[in-house]
Amino acid sequence: MKAFTYERPGSAAEAAAAAVRTPGAKFIAGGTNLLDLMKLQIETPTHLVDVNNIGLDRIEPTDQGGLRIGALVRNTDLAADPRIRRDYGVLSRAIVSGASGQLRNKATTAGNLLQRTRCPYFYDTDMPCNKRAPGSGCAAIGGLNANHAILGASEACIATHPSDMAVAMRALDANVETVAPSGASRSIPIADLHRLPGKTPHVETMLEPGELIAAVTLPKPRGGVQLYRKVRERASYAFATVSVALIAKIEEGRVTVDRLAFGGLAHKPWRVEQAERAVAGSDAAADSIADIVLAGARPAEQNAYKLPLVRRTLSATLEHAREGASR
Amino acid sequence: MIGAGINRIDGPLKVTGRAAYSYERQDAGQPFYGFIRGAAIGKGKIAGIDTAEAEAAPGVRLVLTHRNVPKQGAFVNKPTIFDRPHPQLTSDRIEYFGEPVAFVVADTFERARAAAALVKVTYAREDGAFDLANHADRAEPQATLSIGLPGETRFGDLEAAMSAGPVTIDQTYTTPYHFSQPMEPHACLADWRDDHLTVYLATQTVAQNRIALAETLGLAADQVTVDAAFVGGGFGSKLYLHAEAVLAALAARELAHPVKVALTRRQVFTLTGHRPEMIHRVRLAATSDGQLTGLGHDVNLQAAVAEPWIEQAATVARSLYAAPNRLTRHSITNLDLKAAEAVRGPGELPGLLAFETAMDELANALDVDPVELRLKNDTAIDPELGVPLNGRRLADCLREGAKRFGWGQRPKTPGSRREGDHLVGYGMAVGIRMHFQGATGAVVRIDPDGRVIVRSDTPDIGTGTYTIAGQIAAEALGIGVNRVTVQLAHSDFPPSAGAGGSWGASNLSIAIDLACQKIRNKIVEAAGPGAAPNDILADVGRWFPEGVEATGQTIGQADDPNFKNYSQNTYGAAFAEVAVDIATGEVRLRRMTGVFAAGRIINAKTARSQLMGGMIWGVSSALHEAAHVDPRHGNWVNGDLAEYLMPVHADIPAIETVLLDDYDEHANHLGIKGVGELGVCGTGAAVSNAVFNATGIRVRDFPITLSKLLSGLPPMRTAA
Amino acid sequence: MASVHMETNGREQPTTRAAASSPTLAGEEIRGTSTPKQEANRHSVQLRVNGQLHAVDLDPRTTLLDALREHLHLTGSKKGCDQGQCGACTVLVNGRRINSCLTLAVMHEGDAITTVEGLGTPDRMHPMQAAFVDHDGFQCGYCTPGQICSAVAVLDEISAGIPSHVTVDLAAPIALSETEIRERMSGNICRCAAYPNIIEAIRTVAGGRP
Repeated sequence: MKAFTYERPGSAAEAAAAAVRTPGAKFIAGGTNLLDLMKLQIETPTHLVDVNNIGLDRIEPTDQGGLRIGALVRNTDLAADPRIRRDYGVLSRAIVSGASGQLRNKATTAGNLLQRTRCPYFYDTDMPCNKRAPGSGCAAIGGLNANHAILGASEACIATHPSDMAVAMRALDANVETVAPSGASRSIPIADLHRLPGKTPHVETMLEPGELIAAVTLPKPRGGVQLYRKVRERASYAFATVSVALIAKIEEGRVTVDRLAFGGLAHKPWRVEQAERAVAGSDAAADSIADIVLAGARPAEQNAYKLPLVRRTLSATLEHAREGASR
Repeated sequence: MIGAGINRIDGPLKVTGRAAYSYERQDAGQPFYGFIRGAAIGKGKIAGIDTAEAEAAPGVRLVLTHRNVPKQGAFVNKPTIFDRPHPQLTSDRIEYFGEPVAFVVADTFERARAAAALVKVTYAREDGAFDLANHADRAEPQATLSIGLPGETRFGDLEAAMSAGPVTIDQTYTTPYHFSQPMEPHACLADWRDDHLTVYLATQTVAQNRIALAETLGLAADQVTVDAAFVGGGFGSKLYLHAEAVLAALAARELAHPVKVALTRRQVFTLTGHRPEMIHRVRLAATSDGQLTGLGHDVNLQAAVAEPWIEQAATVARSLYAAPNRLTRHSITNLDLKAAEAVRGPGELPGLLAFETAMDELANALDVDPVELRLKNDTAIDPELGVPLNGRRLADCLREGAKRFGWGQRPKTPGSRREGDHLVGYGMAVGIRMHFQGATGAVVRIDPDGRVIVRSDTPDIGTGTYTIAGQIAAEALGIGVNRVTVQLAHSDFPPSAGAGGSWGASNLSIAIDLACQKIRNKIVEAAGPGAAPNDILADVGRWFPEGVEATGQTIGQADDPNFKNYSQNTYGAAFAEVAVDIATGEVRLRRMTGVFAAGRIINAKTARSQLMGGMIWGVSSALHEAAHVDPRHGNWVNGDLAEYLMPVHADIPAIETVLLDDYDEHANHLGIKGVGELGVCGTGAAVSNAVFNATGIRVRDFPITLSKLLSGLPPMRTAA
Repeated sequence: MASVHMETNGREQPTTRAAASSPTLAGEEIRGTSTPKQEANRHSVQLRVNGQLHAVDLDPRTTLLDALREHLHLTGSKKGCDQGQCGACTVLVNGRRINSCLTLAVMHEGDAITTVEGLGTPDRMHPMQAAFVDHDGFQCGYCTPGQICSAVAVLDEISAGIPSHVTVDLAAPIALSETEIRERMSGNICRCAAYPNIIEAIRTVAGGRP
């Protein structure tokens, strides 16, 4: 870990100002990903702005009938909030399927969205990685890539985004509210927050330098059956091989897909609105959805199994919805 | 007292955080901190190394590289293994990925870690051979295994038996690299003062590592003290001397100041040894009613030719089943990886995973019950050594296990039982583990005030050694265990064969018991007819105002006729039920029963725990664990605990662990054998066979991950 | 949670009174050495650990775990991986369990930190510690402090109705089931694999709860 200076401002505005005042500054909230990366010198901030004292830790109703989740709401608290459990079950389910109790107690809403990939070549500083060292190459291509992306990847990077929470937020059409150092705020649809790797996999989000996530807003509840199915080799405390976030309506044994997003497949949470539209109103068939979702899939050497896995997991999740199972 | 399942006597210290492991010892005062920088290539040379910036960094006291490292003793490939010197930073050559290229010492951990990153290293990279599959044609047959057994055994004509059949199995299995990964990373606190080195070392072998360290540093053994009072697990990986101990000691001597270093978790992958990857060919020939006529096991395993560890994986069938035609062989394939080492269940874990899966294939081919197949081929005489198999209770384990588990409810047809979203299957396998005996000493002292002290250099690595040593002494002296103080794992105490290989308990128990017998004899001699045998402590106070002391010595197996006249093993049978998600292929263990015969059990509680833990290792070997090498670079790709999967709580249901009431009079005069390895033996195959029974899919490339099952699972409803 | 004042093995702990003038550990206190290259960048932090205030002067890079172990010499909290992948470093901060390896000590000024040493002593063990001994919920003991801190927090989390991955009905009260406990304990890896015994120990303590 490289040396850094540290400060703990008392407001969001001060935090944003502090971040631009010092070149190389970074915000730290839960720290569960950033500190790990700092120990390996994958992240080397010269200044840490500790945002744990700036509020932004409440979940409040919005005028539109949704919820505004403060950036610093801990994953545990978000998953446990009665309104989230009642109206946004897919989000609660996704969060508790990730990490461990200890990590969820510390990790924040914003930090979870901004966590970086778990590609082992990104973590191994002796390996080429365009995300960590732009231009050095991608060691995962031609290497061990059983858990890498099959969708939206590029010649430069085949890493996946590791968040479960973000997949549910993608299904829920969340918006990310930010504050720029100038004080200007904006709202970013979660679909646009994360970028595909393209030629610049080190640029992972559309946030500007010093731009701080202040909150995530959820639109008014969509209702329906909300499921999150996470597939993994270990029963807990493991990253997803594939995950499915499903919001569906069940009428007379027919399952109609309302929202559908996938994790473990791409550099960002993956949702194909076209697939949702294609099956809108009809009893959902996993194959017709998967055909559309996987149309552009380009598996690497070792992860082609994700193609049938997506299909089968989706099928199982739709069946669970049909049976009224809750997860 | 022997047999009682008493609580661990070191338990209260451990559960309250007061047990100090090596890195945590405060004995030497405030130490400096070391940090190891590893090579970024798998093979080649250091082209340039610039330490100026690191040396100038705040708090840095020393930067060692191959240019300035003090002279060290050369590596010697001694057959005793754990006392081999392991000099570090000896040249500009890089033999394996992550090999230490620099060692940085600073006044704080944070500064040492940061400064280590400031060392600038450039490399002349050479092409290396890093993957077994593509270099398997290099395999060289081995005449002798690392533990001294023959590499090849041959009886009759296996080829002829295979031709004759009528029922044969000839399959290839692969078992991957495994790591011990104890929860305590390998660590050393080295204190050099007055021409004497004291190391607080996370080790399984005190006397052996003392010699190894002394020879590495060019010291006499009595200039080195090793203290390993608490060790946070070993599983083989702390048998050997590693870089952290040598570098901490070198730096402490250079700086005349204590230095401590712990490997990072990633370095536990690069700087300690792994279980080698293996390609197994198993051949079985049987009559149509299931009598084995031939068995063969060929293993080709990775090795580093400079320090080959030839794991005894093809020995597992040698004493397991009768068959007239037999062939077991080992070959090694030299790769540019770090030397492999013993990992828990060396030989047995991978060997039985392959062999007992093959036996299940045979049972399936014969359409006989897998339990019946094992019973039919049971033997009282070692088929290869021709001597009796003492304590052979394999059939008892099988019958008891089958009964407890409800084996009769097994789905007879693979892939036939569905419960909800899951395919359910039962599997079983047997375990066998060689029993060894190594020279071990213990000293027992009784103070005039009645305090009893037992000392030996055997460490307690979680094995319950503190507790059972107290129980053995208490039994031998006819006193309460609370009267006994046990002091272990210090090089001032009598040397032992160490903690590893499932022999610590028996080695140490014999020595303690012999010491106690000597004390009893001394008392009888002193007291004559007036001795009060029921109150030995009172007698000591009366006849020995200075206290009394005696040393007991366990002899090595080469000198013990029991090990010539008998084939010494422990036995077990494991039964597992798994559920396989019909959609995703995720495999989860539902329940497991293991029944074991391991001689007399000293502590029913700690022995059961150790076996249970071993069984979970078996589960892990079947379903979870594998370390992957990048064949282009030679690095461990999944070198952390998020990617190298070991089971977590959610993977493990309640596990029934049963110890048969046993006493093996031909093992030693106490009837004791060991349990450290036994739990891992065959339990992986029980799970593997259960997956087959659940799905009808036979995976021969371990571990059984979901991607290997997906294509064989039944079709899903994917259309509306 | 009851915090117990207690002695720690090793060096004397500064009291709040002495704190201002007596930092526990800084470069200048190191035995037999001069410190020619000091960095100015240090932070004075008051850490409240097991009910006792400790003033420490820290490099801001110091994790809470290293502050506990290397500066306060509270070595009960273990470093198993230093990257949040094993749980051996689990401590309670303001009653919640966290991985102390993935947080900086300077971020915990004013927080109430409880380590395994604060739960009980060998002579007066916390019920969870006693249950781990009785049920042999450990072998080597290295993951144990983290398991115990986690276990104490898990029972509180279930009581507080915090859902887990295995909670079937998000709207209903959460059952104190074996499945729930196993899932919630999954952030604590035990390589000796004492898992079934750990679960028994936790269930015993849970059973004794009102």
